Parts: sequence; C-alpha cells; structure tokens
Amino acid sequence: MEWINAVVQGTLLGGLYALFAAGLSLIFGVMRLVNIAHGDLIVLAAYLGLTTTVMLGVHPLAALLLVVPAMAGIGYALQRVVLNQTLGGDILPPLLVTFGLSVILQNALLEGYTADPQKMNAGSLETASFALGPLTLGALPVLTFAVAVGVIGGLQWLFYRTPLGRAFRATSDNQDIAQLMGLNKAHVFGLAMALALAVTAIAGIFLGIRTSFDPSIGGGRLIFGFEAVIIGGLGNLWGTLAGGVILGVAQTVGAVINPGWQLLAGHIVFLVILAIRPNGLFPRVSG
Amino acid sequence: MPDLILSTHGLDAHYGDFQALYGLDLALSTGDVVAIIGANGAGKTTLLRSIAGLLRNRADAIRFRGRPIGALRADRIAATGIALVPEGRQLFPSLSVEENLLIGGRVKRPGPWSLSKIYALFPVLEERRHQPSTTLSGGQQQMVAIGRALMSNPDLILFDEISLGLAPIIIRDIYTALPDIIGEGMSALIVEQDITKALSVSSRVYCLQEGRISLEGACGEITRAEISRAYFGME
Repeated sequence: MEWINAVVQGTLLGGLYALFAAGLSLIFGVMRLVNIAHGDLIVLAAYLGLTTTVMLGVHPLAALLLVVPAMAGIGYALQRVVLNQTLGGDILPPLLVTFGLSVILQNALLEGYTADPQKMNAGSLETASFALGPLTLGALPVLTFAVAVGVIGGLQWLFYRTPLGRAFRATSDNQDIAQLMGLNKAHVFGLAMALALAVTAIAGIFLGIRTSFDPSIGGGRLIFGFEAVIIGGLGNLWGTLAGGVILGVAQTVGAVINPGWQLLAGHIVFLVILAIRPNGLFPRVSG
Repeated sequence: MPDLILSTHGLDAHYGDFQALYGLDLALSTGDVVAIIGANGAGKTTLLRSIAGLLRNRADAIRFRGRPIGALRADRIAATGIALVPEGRQLFPSLSVEENLLIGGRVKRPGPWSLSKIYALFPVLEERRHQPSTTLSGGQQQMVAIGRALMSNPDLILFDEISLGLAPIIIRDIYTALPDIIGEGMSALIVEQDITKALSVSSRVYCLQEGRISLEGACGEITRAEISRAYFGME
C-alpha cells in the first residue's frame, strides 16, 4: 500500500512539474529558445502572487486573475524588447542572455523581498483531503494535477485547432515562409512567450501555495521542468505531462526506498531515459 | 504605357559581401505575365526574394502600384497584395494540407479565391485535406504551394521554379492550368529554367546573367539566338 500511495502522490506531484515544464516546452517548440531564466520567472510569479494576496487580501487562486495577465504582459515585452534580438542561427546568445536574466531576476527579488522564505496562505485548501479507498489524497495536489491536465489540454487545443496555433506551428517550421503569409514573427514570438509566461504564472502560484519559496529556488524548478520536457520528448505537450508524472513518481518512490533519495531518484530516472531514448519517450509527432 | 503594377529601380541585393543583383530596372504592367529566365546563380530567386521582402532594400528600389515597398517587411508586403510560390514548394510540414491553404488566406484580402475555389481547381487536395502536407507527391505539394499563394488573393503572384523536380506530365498540367490561375486582373512574374514553358505563358521576358539584365523584350520578338547569347553570355 505504501508503494501504491507513493505512485499516486508522485503522479499528483507530476502535475506541478508539468506546469513548470509546459512553458519551457512551448517556447522551445515555437522558437527553439532555451530559457535558462524559466525557473526564476516561476519564482517571480510566486512573489507577484504573494504581493497580490497581501495587498488585496485575496485568496492566492484569486490572485491568478491579476498575475496571469501580468506575467503574459511581461512575457510579450521581454520577447519583443530583449529575446527577439538574440534569436538567429546561433543557440548561444539566447542561452547567455536568459542566464543573465536569471541572475538579474534573482538579485532583484532578493533586493525587493529579502532572502526570507515566504509562503502563500490558501487557508483550508492546504489541509483539505479526501479518502479514495485506502488512500488519502490532498485537495491541493489533486487540484494542481487537474489544472495541469487542463492547461496542457488547453495548449494542445490552441496549438492544433486555432489560427493562432497554426501561426505558431508555421513560424516554427519556417520563419521566412511564415513571414510571406503575413505573419510578423517578432509578434508571433511575443505571443508565444506571453502564453508561456501565463502558464508560468499558474505554476508559480501553485508552487507558492504548496511550499515555501525564496529568491534562490528558481534553478531547481528549472531542472525539474527541463527533465520533464526531455523525458516526454521535445515539443510534445502531452509528453511533457507524462514526463512530469514520471519525474514525480520517481521522486516519491525514491523517497519511500530512502528518504534521502527523493531528488536523486528523479535525476537517475531522467538520466536513464536520456541514455536509452535520447529524443524522449514521445518525440514530436505532427497534428 | 499601361499602368505599372511593379517596377524596380537600380535594385541591388547582397548576401554578406557577395553582391547578387546589380542595379536591376524592371517593369511589369498590370495584368501582364512576365518571365524571368537565366542560368543557375543568375539572381532570379534573389530577385523574387527581394520583391517579396525576404531581402530588404532601399524603399524606392521597388515600387508596387507606385508605392515604395523596398524596405517593408515580408509580412507587410504580403498584406499589400504580393504572394510568392517559393522554390522547392516549402510547405509547412507540421500543418495539414488544408491548414497550409488556410494560413495562406490569413492576410484576408478580398477577392475571388477561397478554400472551395482552390479545391475546385485541384480536387485531389480536397481528398487529402487532412493529411500532413509532407505525405503528398511533389506535384500535389506544388498545387498546395500555388493554392496557398492564391488564398491571399494577391494582385501580383511570383512563381519561383514551379517545374523544378516535377515529372514532365505534371509540369504540363500545371502550365496548362496557369492561364486560368492567373486569370483576370492578376499579374505574375514567372522564374523558370525551362525557357519554352516560361515563354509559352508570358508576354514579356527578362534574361538575367550574373545579376544583371542581359536581355529584355516581348516574347514574340526575341529570337532563340538572342536568348542563347543572353543566357550563356557567349556569342
């Protein structure tokens, strides 16, 4: 029973990792941009959520109504003003610039919020639970997982069923020819980053409800996100969800074997999958 | 002289240090079909890429209906009514046949072409509308590429080597359909290595040689000998 519980809790934890990873997957899929600052942007969203809840006295989930559009706006501006200048044939400039952005974000958060760990108070949602047969499920992990499935499903629908998704895929396929179709790639990339950071906002709020956070934890969230994306296969959104679940299960099962092995087990599973299937379990398939 | 839809004025083009076009002066009247011929590397594709905005230039180096467009981005030029059928088709591999056509229509210019008109012209595309564009034969892919350009209802359509890599019978079909496709009011620039095909659908011809115009004139008035000379640069 302990094992089954570990697998179920790990699956739910995987929902949070999938939320970390979805934005990464999306921007890599559209513009081949690897965003080193992604984890710090998740933490930024958590702090924006904290400020909103403290200043307005609202529930963290209500803060989503402000933080999601704010992060989307930040994403669009960041892409148009900074990141578009770094895109081209070479993969190094975007890596260096987003690495620099990561350093700037961490220090700005440190300056603005100090290094003290913070947490958002979601009231009874944090402790509520319900029984499923012999298992006890926390309401927050279940909600997080359901939101992750909803977000991935929504992104999938947007990518394959809407004109905007068509524009994302076309621009990803061939930027020159997409321009000939009247698509301004600078704007399309801006929208992709806005969407990615809107998802990041959701990830940041759920992170900030689940655990305490401080300005330095972005790097760890980035690693979990990367591992989920790569386990699932680059550019495949449902694969990203599966990758998050595999990572989550590996961690909780590892923790059952030995409490000190939680993170190690996740990284080992990631490395094993990378060694056996370098393209991930579900490499990108078209439509 | 009838209305000019497109003209270039001392058009240069560069790839880094390499200069591909030297001061081209071209003119295309409204409703005309003009062929651009020339050997590999003469600058034909570069010329079309410059007109379509994939290579930027001085604003007044290219005029479209009198308006300087040389410095506009490609997406702006598409919106003004120029469409390119690119060399090698260059369909979007992650999009289905129908999505490739739909994205061609996203500039939403009014005009006769719509999804149903394209399917009427190329019925095989309707049968395969939900397939990935990569699963089609070369000729069918060329139909999608042409349909994708038509979906924007352009006033000027640029064809780059539409016969390249296709079987002769497919080439014949496409060139048979071409006069209907270009139809009334639309103007066209056709870049082609197959000179006979190019001349058969055009009224005027420019021959490029190493980035310069080596011959121009009405198709009926130019002799084969003149073309050979202009094409190869030999007496």
